[in-house]
Amino acid sequence: MRNPLSDKVVEIKPSGIRKFFDIVQDMDDVISLGVGEPDFDTPWHIRDVGIYSLEKGRTFYTSNSGLKELREEVAAYIKRSQGVTYDPIKQVFITVGGSEAIDLAMRAMLDPGDEVLIPQPSYVSYEPCAILADATPVIINLKEENEFRLTAAELKEHITDKTKLLVLPFPNNPTGAIMEKSDLEAIAEVIRRHDLFVLSDEIYAELTYKGVHTSIVSLPGMAERTILINGFSKAYAMTGWRLGYALGPEAIIQQMVKIHQFAIMCAPTTSQYAAVEALKNGDDDVAVMRAEYDRRRKYLLHEFAKMGIKCFEPYGAFYVFPNIKQFGLKSDDFALQLLEKERLAVVPGTAFGDCGEGFIRISYAYSLEDLKKALERLRHFIAGLSKE
Amino acid sequence: MSLREEILTVIEKNSRIGIDELAAALGAEEITVANEVKAMEDEGIICAFHTMIDWSKTSIEKVMALIEVKVTPTRGMGFDSIAERIYKFPQVSSLYLMSGAFDLMVIVEGKTLFEVAEFVNNRLAVLDTVQSTATHFILKKYKDHGTILTSKYEDTREKVTP
Repeated sequence: MRNPLSDKVVEIKPSGIRKFFDIVQDMDDVISLGVGEPDFDTPWHIRDVGIYSLEKGRTFYTSNSGLKELREEVAAYIKRSQGVTYDPIKQVFITVGGSEAIDLAMRAMLDPGDEVLIPQPSYVSYEPCAILADATPVIINLKEENEFRLTAAELKEHITDKTKLLVLPFPNNPTGAIMEKSDLEAIAEVIRRHDLFVLSDEIYAELTYKGVHTSIVSLPGMAERTILINGFSKAYAMTGWRLGYALGPEAIIQQMVKIHQFAIMCAPTTSQYAAVEALKNGDDDVAVMRAEYDRRRKYLLHEFAKMGIKCFEPYGAFYVFPNIKQFGLKSDDFALQLLEKERLAVVPGTAFGDCGEGFIRISYAYSLEDLKKALERLRHFIAGLSKE
Repeated sequence: MSLREEILTVIEKNSRIGIDELAAALGAEEITVANEVKAMEDEGIICAFHTMIDWSKTSIEKVMALIEVKVTPTRGMGFDSIAERIYKFPQVSSLYLMSGAFDLMVIVEGKTLFEVAEFVNNRLAVLDTVQSTATHFILKKYKDHGTILTSKYEDTREKVTP
């Protein structure tokens, strides 16, 4: 028999998280700080609207781009939060999570030989999606001393005449880093000068703990060269609903919709009705969850300081990214030993890029009480390491 | 939110949180938080610390009734003096002045149905200013003080996700 597989797909490394997940699955009594989704349930009024839509028999496809009412709400949200106007019919469309939008944006924009700049540590899907789109990923290793923000110098250093697209993953998973307006202004200038495009993944936009989130699309000349991706998973605790969206120049969005209509048809209808409710009446829920995350964030940083663990202060998402180099273990070994000895699961920084070596990702999508229990185990583990 | 509001938001749901933990979560000094808590106790903002118990899961019998009471307000005192005469009974766990079809809502706790009925008949209904009472027994508590009693939060997420 011939080889049934595509070399391109086979050569993509499996996610580093998968390996860890398999080990954790077979263990009992594990406390996990390894989860990348909110611990809150979707607010009831949003679920209620989803249920009601099913009761009313709204069980058909929507248009390829998504419910018109939802696209209008998305456009209105970006208008009120970023002051940027998008045409809900031509420049907004609804996807199956932010993940689908990342994949489609790369496929719609890239040709073989094009280079995609991917700052790391970052979410696991950018590099594989670039490869699947036949483009060449070029990694930018972000630095702890810059609080894992992308600087104009780092950007310039990696630009060649083949560079076409920059992935901008802020607020960032796994580091929790944000890009403030001045940071964005510095790189926007480089982007415009080199005529690059931007894929701005802003899925954690609402979970910002220093001022409010600024999108790069709000800067002069940037909306016309940016695909803005966001969704409902993190802000409204709706991960399982699988719903995201993309906004951008009509020419790019229409090509993305073309792939979407052949590959996906449309995003889940029930989720779309629920999402309309989320955008219309969900601001208070987001505020309550954000305040709760912020308390946990501060608590963790305080406890790390007490334990002597180095950690820069992250202002976004629900992750902290402490530096564990002082303990003399590789990230993988640290996480593995922590799991085996103390039954505490965290994710090694290397799962998000080679430059995550020396760091671990700790999620605070857990109650304060759970965090407290988990930190006891971490404290015990570290005390053991120092004795050795 | 002010520090006071922040403190109250947290301890309303979790009164057992330690001052150290609370201060860390709010990014404030322990001494500041301790002083604010003490001050709010003194000012009667923080009134008491209770434990929520689902008695139906124990062998201890408790009966609760919600009683609608219509009263004649007294000159110069309004409803306050009659309210005081009612809330001083230890059987009364809550008492609210209401708008609408009746005046006072009395929540009464007793060991048995009979005990609660005795209280209504012999103590409450006989007060001079009480015109009428309507007693409703509570059959099941689903949710109390924002806490769902019929099911517990369960973390059903995958243990490790990107």
